[in-house]
Amino acid sequence: MKKVFGRPKSMKSNIFHYCAGCGHSLAHRLIAEVIDELDIRGITIGVPPAGCAVLAYNYFDVDMIEAQHGRGPATATGIKRALPDRVVFSYQGDGDLAAIGIAESFHAANRGENITVIFMNNAVYGMTGGQMAPTSMLGQKTTTSPAGRKNVLDGYPIQISEIFAQLPGTSYIERCTVNSPASILKAKKAIRKAFQYQIDGLGFSMIEILSPCPTNWKMTPIDSCRWIDEVMTKQFPLGVIKDIPAEAAKARKEGGQKP
Amino acid sequence: MKGHIVIDSELCKECHLCIHACKKGLIVPSHEYNSRGYRPVRFKEGEECTGCALCATTCPDIAIEVYRE
Repeated sequence: MKKVFGRPKSMKSNIFHYCAGCGHSLAHRLIAEVIDELDIRGITIGVPPAGCAVLAYNYFDVDMIEAQHGRGPATATGIKRALPDRVVFSYQGDGDLAAIGIAESFHAANRGENITVIFMNNAVYGMTGGQMAPTSMLGQKTTTSPAGRKNVLDGYPIQISEIFAQLPGTSYIERCTVNSPASILKAKKAIRKAFQYQIDGLGFSMIEILSPCPTNWKMTPIDSCRWIDEVMTKQFPLGVIKDIPAEAAKARKEGGQKP
Repeated sequence: MKGHIVIDSELCKECHLCIHACKKGLIVPSHEYNSRGYRPVRFKEGEECTGCALCATTCPDIAIEVYRE
C-alpha cells in the first residue's frame, strides 16, 4: 500500500500546543504542504505573530523570525527588501493584525510589499482568554462583552479583507475557512496561489482564514465549525475579494483573441 | 481492502472532527487514555476503508496517515 497522506516534510514532529479542533494547526499544515509542493523549503522565511500561534517556529521546519506584537508585515518587509530572492510570509491572528498591528499591516499592504500574509480570523483574542476582538460578531458573548457585543459600545466587526482590497497596492486577497474537508482544500489552493504570486513578484497577497476556536467560543469543535457556516460567513463572506494578476491575465487573453 | 488509516494515538486530541468527516463511520471514539490525558479515536479494523483521506484532511493534529492501494 502506498502512503497518500502524512505529515508534510516542512513540519517538525512536535505535538501542537493548540486546543482540540483549533484552526491554527490546520493552517500550519496547509502552509507546510504548500511549501513542500512548491519546493521552497530552503528559501522560505516565516514571521510568527504574538497570540496563540506565537510558538509557530516550533512547528515549521523553515527559518522563522519572531516579530513584535502586530509588527509581522513590517518585519517581513525588512526581510524581503534585504533578501528579495526569499519567500517571506507573515502569519497573524486577528488581535495581531486587526487590532494592535493594524497600522503596520495596513501600510505594508498600501506599499504593496511583495510578501504573503496569512490572517487567521477567529473572532476572539484566543491566547489571553477569549476577550472581544475587533472582528467579534455583533451579539457575540466574550469575556469582555458578557452581554454580547453592542455596536453602540464596541463598534462593528472590521472586515479587514474588504478594507485592504480598497488599497491599490494589494494584488491578491481571498477569504477562506477551514471548517470542512472541502473548505480546507480550497484554503490550501488559495495559500498556494498567494505563495506563487509572491514567487512571481506580483505583490502583496493576503489570505484571511476563518478559524474555529472551540475553547473560547465555548463550543465543541463540530459546533464551532457549524457556527462559522451559520454566523461568521454571514459577516465575513467567503471567496476571492481581489485578484489583480488573474484579471490582468484574463484581459490579456481576451485582448489577444481579438482579430 | 482499498485503503487503510493509521491513527497516532499520542497526537490525537479527541476533537472528533474525523468522526464527523468519515462518510462510512469507520472511526469511533474510545475510552482508553493516552499519555497526555486525551481519549484518542480508534479505527474500526476489518471494515472497508476507501482511503479517501477526508479524515486526515480534517485532522488538525496530523494524527492520521492514509495508505491506499
